Amino acid sequence: MSSAALALREVRYQNKAFWRNPASAFFTFAFPLMFLVIFNLLFGNAKRVIEGQTTTTATFYVPAIAAFSVITACYTNIAISLSFTRDGGILKRVRGTPLPAWAFMAGRIVHATLMAVLLVVIVCLFGVLFYDVSIPTNTMPAFLVTLIVGAASFCALGLAITCIIPNGDASPAIVNASILPLLFISDIFIPLQGAPAWLTTFAKVFPVWHFSKAMQAAFNPFETGSGFHLTDLAVVAAWGLAGMFIAARFFSWEPRR
Amino acid sequence: MDGIAIEVQNLKKSYGDLEAVAGIDVQVRQGEVYSLLGPNGAGKTTTVEILEGYRERTSGEVNVLGYDPARGERSFKQRIGIVLQSTGVEPYLTVEEVVELHRGYYPSPRPLDEVIEVVELTAKRKSRVGKLSGGQQRRLDVAVGLAGDPELLFLDEPTTGFDPSARRHAWAMVKNLQALGKTVFLTTHYMDEAQNLADRAAIIVGGRIVAEGPPGTLGGRAEAPTSVTFQLPPHAPPLPEHLHPHVSSSRGVHLEATEPMKTLHDLTGWALEHDVELESLSVARPSLEDVYLSLTGEPSDAAASSPAVPAGERPT
Repeated sequence: MSSAALALREVRYQNKAFWRNPASAFFTFAFPLMFLVIFNLLFGNAKRVIEGQTTTTATFYVPAIAAFSVITACYTNIAISLSFTRDGGILKRVRGTPLPAWAFMAGRIVHATLMAVLLVVIVCLFGVLFYDVSIPTNTMPAFLVTLIVGAASFCALGLAITCIIPNGDASPAIVNASILPLLFISDIFIPLQGAPAWLTTFAKVFPVWHFSKAMQAAFNPFETGSGFHLTDLAVVAAWGLAGMFIAARFFSWEPRR
Repeated sequence: MDGIAIEVQNLKKSYGDLEAVAGIDVQVRQGEVYSLLGPNGAGKTTTVEILEGYRERTSGEVNVLGYDPARGERSFKQRIGIVLQSTGVEPYLTVEEVVELHRGYYPSPRPLDEVIEVVELTAKRKSRVGKLSGGQQRRLDVAVGLAGDPELLFLDEPTTGFDPSARRHAWAMVKNLQALGKTVFLTTHYMDEAQNLADRAAIIVGGRIVAEGPPGTLGGRAEAPTSVTFQLPPHAPPLPEHLHPHVSSSRGVHLEATEPMKTLHDLTGWALEHDVELESLSVARPSLEDVYLSLTGEPSDAAASSPAVPAGERPT
């Protein structure tokens, strides 16, 4: 069997195992929707101004929560599930088989990306059905490219963060501590209006801010161009590459307790 | 590498100041069941994980099926099977799916039904791994190790935590593998396991091999004196002096016989002549356990029942 076929096989088995844990699968999908509903309830009456045009809160939140979904499905899920899989000795076992390491990793990454895409579709549909949001057409290519670049990069970062996670029990704490503050200061959970300049400068160092900006731009109903934010995409991709490099160099197949 | 599956010379592995493996030599022939026997912390797992390719050695030569396992080559991994000490299988897949998944990793795997049959999980093949008992999960571990039809199988303490009947089944399975001409490298801290399965065994203590050979002759068992024990009835006449009997206060007698046939002849002749019944008469060669305990420096049962520390040296 070719290595690519082996990787696809990993995706298939990973997918089987994923859906057989219904509680985990349900909350993976329900979580972003919960945030979408809550933020719309809290801030629903306010009008937003996007690039000089007034629009609804939902038009701001659908791409923001879509970005959040990608980060959850890729970064958070990969980091936490790999940490527990490593604790369980499954990674060590895989290491002893002829399955190439990259095929195993590719299986995880492709599956997480598929889940992220499915989540984004659900979030967008939810927005269309309940919040009267319109799906952009002219910026659709930009939206898809941003989605895939973001998913791949956050998967790589999820792999990278496992290098400093000692065991499964520590993983939710480390993963949340690394991502939640960034979600708050990157125009995802709450619009960054009137935040101190230094905070925005700080946020701009990290990929979450750039990913959220690129997603917003590609979802902007007033956008007349292609909606590509190439600089933001480049920053996200650079972080992804850095993550891949760290994971390739320092990834551990056995738990350190 | 003619007929030799594993060749190890002066293997050393240190973790900081701790020398886990302190220079061992091992040679395992193809088709042989070789057992590394030793107490916890003796260096068994470190050794087997170096042979499997998980650990890098500090120094020494290691050759497994013509490969240096530390290089982790795919063609090497295709020819070996590994059963690690601890279980690790995706809990949401079924028995059948896990075996099938692993079969796909190898160029010429063993048939699915056969693998499941060998570990006696046919009745559980549609069950999720998470719902299996500990013993069943362990058997699935073995199934996964066999999925690729390896010519060399590593078993790291395969029956730890098994009940007696599960262990008998596991042993029968290893014997099946041997009948198929597979080489098996087994670590265990159960002496009866080595005794029952191994063609040759090595006892490892503190990172060193202290004895090696077929379990029947290990540690000089073949030459060691046979022990004869029995119970002497009250008022029996004194035993012949030349037998050097040790008589306990409860009239239990222990003889060490270097020529057991002659000793028994003298003993039973004496008993018939004096019309003495030798109750609970038993004749035993030193067990592997005796050899093992004396070599590993652990107190045997006999020593444990007497004070381990002389009275004057007891802590007060």
